[in-house]
Amino acid sequence: MADAPPRRAPGGRRPSGALLGVVPFFAYTTVFLLIPTLVVLVGAFLDDDGSFTLDNLSALSEPVVVRALRQSVVLSAVTAAVGAVLGSVLAYAVSTAKADGVTKRFVTSLSGVLAQFGGVALAFAFIASFGATGLISVWLRGVGVDPGTGLWLYEWNSGLMLVYLYFQVPLMLIVFLPAVEGLRPQWREATETLGGSTWTFWRRVAGPILFPSFVGATLLLFTNAFSAYATAAALVSQSSPLLPLLIGGSLRSEVILGQENVGKAMALAMIVVVAVVMTAYAWLDKRSSRWMPR
Amino acid sequence: MTGQRAAVRRRQTVLRWLVIGAAVVFFFLPLLGAFEFTTQGPGGTGRSADTWRRLFDIDAISVEYPVLRRGFLASVGLAVITVVLMLALLVPTMTWVRLRLPGLSRTVEFICLLPLTVPAIVLVVGLTPVYAWVYYLLGSSVLWLGLAYVVLVLPYAYRSIDAGLRAIDVRTLAEAARSLGASWFTVLRRIVLPNLRTAVLSASFLSVALVLGEFTIAYLFSKKNLQVAMFELGKSDAKISVAVGLVALAFGFAVLFALSFVGTSPAGISPLARLRRPSADAGRVSDDKELAR
Repeated sequence: MADAPPRRAPGGRRPSGALLGVVPFFAYTTVFLLIPTLVVLVGAFLDDDGSFTLDNLSALSEPVVVRALRQSVVLSAVTAAVGAVLGSVLAYAVSTAKADGVTKRFVTSLSGVLAQFGGVALAFAFIASFGATGLISVWLRGVGVDPGTGLWLYEWNSGLMLVYLYFQVPLMLIVFLPAVEGLRPQWREATETLGGSTWTFWRRVAGPILFPSFVGATLLLFTNAFSAYATAAALVSQSSPLLPLLIGGSLRSEVILGQENVGKAMALAMIVVVAVVMTAYAWLDKRSSRWMPR
Repeated sequence: MTGQRAAVRRRQTVLRWLVIGAAVVFFFLPLLGAFEFTTQGPGGTGRSADTWRRLFDIDAISVEYPVLRRGFLASVGLAVITVVLMLALLVPTMTWVRLRLPGLSRTVEFICLLPLTVPAIVLVVGLTPVYAWVYYLLGSSVLWLGLAYVVLVLPYAYRSIDAGLRAIDVRTLAEAARSLGASWFTVLRRIVLPNLRTAVLSASFLSVALVLGEFTIAYLFSKKNLQVAMFELGKSDAKISVAVGLVALAFGFAVLFALSFVGTSPAGISPLARLRRPSADAGRVSDDKELAR
């Protein structure tokens, strides 16, 4: 069904014939992308019998949901801010390396794998390192620091934040590197010729140019942390301190009837948050690409 | 002035190594910790390579850990299905849009990049009724997850193939072939595909890496792929599961590192960078043309 190639379209010059060639693509994306999105958007306003209701949305005001949403936002905001600062320093350091050098390839590939494919494996690496006999626990004890019970690793406001930083910093490097590389050496030379110091360059030239990219990348980091599920699910098994975990829980437990559409309402809340942030990001990206090399 | 430049350069080098060094140590600490954990002897004392020996003993591991074998095979099958479907869907459509329906290119781009803004967990919620139909019509094999994975890899694959198509003059090539009597299918198979070799390769490898790392959708649909098997094994035999995780990360790194050599422009280094900079694709033109010759 998916791969009826364009040859099916009769060779005629009429646009109606040409349109046949893109039918498979649009049919596929409708079924597996647009319908799922619509299911969430519409389902959030339907009850079990399929009639219109706002009850699901009122479920969003339950304390457990409100708390999960708040903690998700705080976790995403904190890791986005810290990740953006650390990641941009790293991006600058990498940008000064040779363009086709091994250093740059190595760091960007490592960042790519941590940012995109970490998930469960990353969470397990942390559990192993901070376990009772884990390497980092042993080292910490060696220097006289008591790592405690290690339970902090499973708390949303300590351990999860640390683990999230392990994919936020690399993601920042990946999305911010092009902007830093867009800084032309001539701008620095011009600043120096006019008597400006390094500080002047960063304060008056590079800073304003990079600022939109920086904020845009930070927003991207926010949505990335906000949408993350695998890492949190691998670390937290008992409670649901974050919104994605709560949605996952509503999908996996079939005990509570009528929860299905509440899950959709929570998913809708996620879409709304992500959509707002991504709109701001798209706007900023348009502004910041003005200084990109063409 | 030259002395000042040299001083700046030296300072930059020192700073670069300090920052990159600190970052690499920061990134490698938990990985090192995980590796150390897999080599711990029984009861946390001594050293033993037992875990790794068992992991690479294919016969024993399939018997001892059937869930791992199932998950691995499922993930490999899913990777193949996803790549085949993704290519069958994107290459003809994108070529066709470029040749005959340029007005639709913005729409196709929008749809392909849409999955970036829909979190996987939300997609799962929406896919539940769709999959009720898929299971009803096609049976409940784990491999049907590939249908959803195609959507997940869409943005990455789109950008790779788009960069490849920008690099060649599809229209002229197609017209030349058509005027020599080639059918549209021949144009696709013998003209477009060979010219897109690099782009198709990088889209495929990225998709494979993404599929092997996928957890959310499989777990929430109660299907077992590699990541879910690893997750479940973590409860009973943590060492094997941590070792599998390390191998998966190493594989992902190898794929990305190899891909960074495919395009030689700076933008070719990171697949994500391509998502942000359409202008970067222009930089790839010359490289792809070189390869196409």
